[in-house]
Amino acid sequence: MILDARGRRCPLPILDLARHVTDVDVGATITVEADDPAARPDIQAWCRMRGHEYAGESVAPDGTPAYTVRRRH
Amino acid sequence: MPAYLDAAAGAPLHPVAREALLAALDDGWADPARLYGAGRRARLLLDAAREAVAAEFGARPDEISFAANGTQALHAAVLGALAGNHRAGRTFVHSAVEHSAVLHAAQTHVAAGGVALTVGVDALGRVDAEEFAASAAAAGAAALQAANHEVGTRQPVSDVATAIGSVPLVVDATQTIGHEPVPEGWSVLAGDARMWGGPTLGLVAVRTGVRWRSPFPDDDRESGRIPGLPNLPTIVSAAAALRAVGAQQAGEADRHRALVDRIRRSVSAGIPDVEVLGDPTDRLPHIVTFSCLYVDGEALLTGLDRRGFAVSSGSSCTSSTLEPSHVLVAMGALTSGNIRVSLHHATTEDEVDRFLAVLPEVVADVRAELGATGL
Repeated sequence: MILDARGRRCPLPILDLARHVTDVDVGATITVEADDPAARPDIQAWCRMRGHEYAGESVAPDGTPAYTVRRRH
Repeated sequence: MPAYLDAAAGAPLHPVAREALLAALDDGWADPARLYGAGRRARLLLDAAREAVAAEFGARPDEISFAANGTQALHAAVLGALAGNHRAGRTFVHSAVEHSAVLHAAQTHVAAGGVALTVGVDALGRVDAEEFAASAAAAGAAALQAANHEVGTRQPVSDVATAIGSVPLVVDATQTIGHEPVPEGWSVLAGDARMWGGPTLGLVAVRTGVRWRSPFPDDDRESGRIPGLPNLPTIVSAAAALRAVGAQQAGEADRHRALVDRIRRSVSAGIPDVEVLGDPTDRLPHIVTFSCLYVDGEALLTGLDRRGFAVSSGSSCTSSTLEPSHVLVAMGALTSGNIRVSLHHATTEDEVDRFLAVLPEVVADVRAELGATGL
């Protein structure tokens, strides 16, 4: 699943992620495409605080950073 | 009564500093380099102030120079150390969590053909002394803060200084001076009188024997380190404030430490989804920082201000560049809903208790506005 958080400022990208992480199965991934510079540190911190796995960063076709999280519980 | 809890951005003027400032405006207006009566009186005031400041951190008076403000002091400290040691090396090594003034000086050094090397920090915001020293072994100069301005974590300054030997170490002691003893081992020291209850004034100290060359055009003021007429009334005022807070330092540190411990406990226990940042024990006595999930830092500052509390935030939405704090990013900490509380000479227990009483409600209100409930 891919969430489009373009133009959404901190803390909205993490809020999107928190609302939708249960939409994927445990063990599956969810990706947030976000251009807010706070998304990079905050998605990693969210994973740590919430017990999910940060699966890394890639780049969307339009150049927007994309952060992938694996649901752990 | 509004409570000002942002001492790390500048404490309110100490009553002793105010008194000294007003007296020095009358007595210390003349140029201290002049040989007539008024000039000689100004010179006496300047010398006495310099001696008082030097005595507070074991320096010689001729090692101390005054700058316009803390930022200028940091720029001069770093660029002067690099200029004085350019034959030894063109690399400048600094921690990832230095004040932005140090990072900007590093950019200037790089733009002039130098090299800058950043040493990362752990989750508490601290460099590893061995790693830092290994990186700095062949550097022209290195910079390591005494303690971090955003999260309060102390740095291993003395260990690093011993390990890097002859490489000059610039120590930003901005948040330390006036609150606890400055660590041993600095070659060049920078400070800011606003942080100890003085007026706006920077401080640069260069240890005798350390090579340091002014990055400014030549001028013979302030041992040739900072050009132009020193601002004598602010120097006299800053020295008086430093003496006053210095005399109370140990007791005030204990008092602040107990209040900060109370804030750390209360925030951890009373607010869901919060991270209290920085080292819980090896830290400055008066600074505490935490981040809240699903909270907009700007809304939090506004909500607290409306209830009469002045604090600061490292969240991106509160910065002019919309970038999150480089300190929090380097630590891998949550940057959203970030609040720094910092205490000073006039902070009361009642102010801290009132702050802790309203904080959970302010955080809950911001979360409710964002619809961040039940997550």
